[in-house]
Amino acid sequence: MLHNTGRRPIWVGVATFVVLFVAWYVLTSLTHAIGPGRFPSPAESWDALRQIALTGYADAKLHEHVLHSVKLVLLGFVAAIAIGVPLGLAMGWNRSFEAFANPAFLLIRPIPPLAWIPLAIVWLGLGDAAKVLIIWFAAFVPAVINSYSGVRAIEPHLLEAARMLGVRRRMLVREVLIPGALPMIFTGLRLSMQACWTTLVAGELIGAIAGLGHVLYQASLDLFPAMIVVGMAAVAIMGATMTALIGWIEKRAMPWRRLA
Amino acid sequence: MTTAGVRVADTLPLHRWLSLTVAGFVAFFAGWWLIAASGAVPAQFLPTPLDVVSRLVALTQAPFVGFTLQQHLLSSFGRFAMGFGLAVAIGVPLGLLMGWFRSLDAIVTPLFDALRFVAPIAWVPFAALWFGTGIGGPVLIIFSGAFPPCVINAYRGAKFVEPRFIEAAQTLGASHWRMITEVLLPASVPSIVAGLRISAGLGWQSLVGAELIVASSGIGYLLVKGQANISTSTVMSGMIAIGIVGFAIDALLRMVERRINRRRGR
Repeated sequence: MLHNTGRRPIWVGVATFVVLFVAWYVLTSLTHAIGPGRFPSPAESWDALRQIALTGYADAKLHEHVLHSVKLVLLGFVAAIAIGVPLGLAMGWNRSFEAFANPAFLLIRPIPPLAWIPLAIVWLGLGDAAKVLIIWFAAFVPAVINSYSGVRAIEPHLLEAARMLGVRRRMLVREVLIPGALPMIFTGLRLSMQACWTTLVAGELIGAIAGLGHVLYQASLDLFPAMIVVGMAAVAIMGATMTALIGWIEKRAMPWRRLA
Repeated sequence: MTTAGVRVADTLPLHRWLSLTVAGFVAFFAGWWLIAASGAVPAQFLPTPLDVVSRLVALTQAPFVGFTLQQHLLSSFGRFAMGFGLAVAIGVPLGLLMGWFRSLDAIVTPLFDALRFVAPIAWVPFAALWFGTGIGGPVLIIFSGAFPPCVINAYRGAKFVEPRFIEAAQTLGASHWRMITEVLLPASVPSIVAGLRISAGLGWQSLVGAELIVASSGIGYLLVKGQANISTSTVMSGMIAIGIVGFAIDALLRMVERRINRRRGR
């Protein structure tokens, strides 16, 4: 997210990773300065990756764990958008509704998504439903707040022009409100995706039958550092991929922004 | 998330706003109470608001899993302060240095971008492996949550210092050290403080996550034990306490932010 002001030569970045990799190799495999119980060597990590990808670990292969996690995140995320965005738009549009609905948000907002996990488990058990619920919580509040702020940020003369042209309510929502609020909604979605992903990993660490968090949990129980590294890398790559995916959708959804 | 200036509809008259807000609060608690008291959901899973409040009060007086609520909060807060303090102490100078030295920027940024996507909570297995149930585990996790915003905001602050300040200082022959401490740091303070707010929020969240998994005291531990005993009122009391402390931390930093911005005439 660091802004690229000024040129930053790529080769320095590449060199950094090369140096780091060599240091990793030297510290673990060559000199054993870091014992295998603390941090795995490159070869061990590669073996762990092969094991989980080909024969499976923690009851499933890597792609099955990934698909399981991704499915839960998307379910919770889409449900949060489906309810949160219309709610936020309505709150931004209607002052009375905002005054009425705001107290519930004031009460719920300071509670971090992770703190919902125990409650979700008490209510729904250790299955997928509890995970979807906590992901829903992680994405819901940002979806509402950003849609709300998005409507508030629409230039008033756009609305006045629409009103003057006698635009009907339905068309106003479709042609002015939603496109106007969209940039901020997408910013919110991109930010909340990372939160969703974190929350899911936490939920799966606490109790699950599959998923990347479950891999981490099992590797931690088995004192298997190489698999922990593989799990962490998978979590990071999937988090980055899904955030990038929203960025991609963002560009497609708002073609007019590319002109600006 | 700016709401300043531009308004869609006119503001409500105060009395109408007030009555609707009060109605909103009442509706929230009445709805909760109705669902809980109607027996549609077993009381074990959804206690009434009153039950939760009395449980909250009871937790402050009688110890639960070894400690009272205040003691749990205190031990959580101690961990939070350590992790957050470390993140600030390392992150802010690093960000400023990256903003000044191009070469450091080129080296650290790719690493930082790669590590940023590792969710703080994904450090839990290593935290457990390296530190057991000691204090190091939660501190590591809080640190990994709180660190990135400290770096990013200090870096941005340093990058967007007005060039003429830097040129002036250079003309006067300022050393690297004085450039960073006397030009970049003061100019970046608003950005850094904004980063601290984000950082504290993420750190506090990560703390809760860490304590859910690796801890034997603290507010997250209280939640887990409440869950294990299927005591929903205990879990909800813990959530309320987490919300209040998180809110208080944010309010405190917001106050600092406002004071700094006012002194700078913004």
